[in-house]
Amino acid sequence: MSDPPSGRGDAPTAVAPARIAPLELFLAFSEMALSGFGGVLPFAYRAMVERRRWVDREEFARLLAVAQVMPGPTICNLAVMFGYRRSGLTGAAASLAGMVAMPFAIVLGLGVAYQRFGDLPAVRRALVGMSSVAAGLILATAIKMARAVRPRVVPICLAALAFVGVGVIRFSLIAVIAVLAPAAVLFSWKSDD
Amino acid sequence: MTEPDAPVWSVVGPLFGHFAVLSLMAIGGGVVMVAPEIQRYVVDSHHWMTAEQFSAAYAIAQAAPGPNMLYTTLVGWQVAGWIGAVAATVAIVGPPSLLTLAIMHASTRRVPGRFARAVGRGLAPISVGLLFATGWILLRGTAADWRGAVLTALAAAAVLRTKINPVWVIVAGATAGIVGLV
Repeated sequence: MSDPPSGRGDAPTAVAPARIAPLELFLAFSEMALSGFGGVLPFAYRAMVERRRWVDREEFARLLAVAQVMPGPTICNLAVMFGYRRSGLTGAAASLAGMVAMPFAIVLGLGVAYQRFGDLPAVRRALVGMSSVAAGLILATAIKMARAVRPRVVPICLAALAFVGVGVIRFSLIAVIAVLAPAAVLFSWKSDD
Repeated sequence: MTEPDAPVWSVVGPLFGHFAVLSLMAIGGGVVMVAPEIQRYVVDSHHWMTAEQFSAAYAIAQAAPGPNMLYTTLVGWQVAGWIGAVAATVAIVGPPSLLTLAIMHASTRRVPGRFARAVGRGLAPISVGLLFATGWILLRGTAADWRGAVLTALAAAAVLRTKINPVWVIVAGATAGIVGLV
């Protein structure tokens, strides 16, 4: 449909990025997604920056920064942004489809297998182990992110309130965010210098 | 897991709507951070699955390649079969993608610096709290006793202290389960 906004005229250094065919985008993002055991991001970096040289490191970091600020799955946002830039709406759709389609099929295949064999004691025990470990992986991510939070009273209280409100008391996330997010952004805005 | 029910639009509709709203609230921590809310919605509010099934669905999705949001696909499938899986996935991926496109279309420039920084930095502590909540409710959802908690701590330490690929940690967890350590 519409063309991606070219960078031309934006700044003297900006060059319109080369077009990439939607099919190529689809295949490339499928490959990244299917390699992405335990997280797609490192594989996206390897494929887009090192192997295909579609973007350089700085450009990748910029794409990633925006993809992270946007709500939703970061890696999918990244695929949408890159696909749109290189091949318009068709490219965005192709990249996103590449990121999701095959993993979708695989995860459903595993779901069907679970439905069939989930009651077997060994499978059940394996899943208890996997779930315990998955919780640990998330806690590790939380700890990594917590290290980047400024050690001040307000941010720490916000984190604690979010944890208790959503994880312990089990308030609705929407209610918790509605209360905490404006306070958080306001605090961050005021203390930005 | 129980047999997924036949697709019922009265179930899929609310599921789609709720997931679509949540997709737009997953800022800064990915779709993992809305897991407590998804669990509350499908387990506590609607009893579409048990807490153990939810934790298992999450673990299965972690063991598969692809984006981390795929656990929502399995949850949707569990709730309403194939239609539920498609609805959940589209609801989680669709709205953020459209928003991303809209913003890129509106401006070739980046999101205004100071505001993006305020949002990103401001929401980071909330994301951290929500991620802790996710780990907490997943652990509580498993049928594991204290040994499960030890395994959780070991897994977290392994990822924090080494460069091991998380998928091997998942494999180790499965093995620990099979041989009866948890």
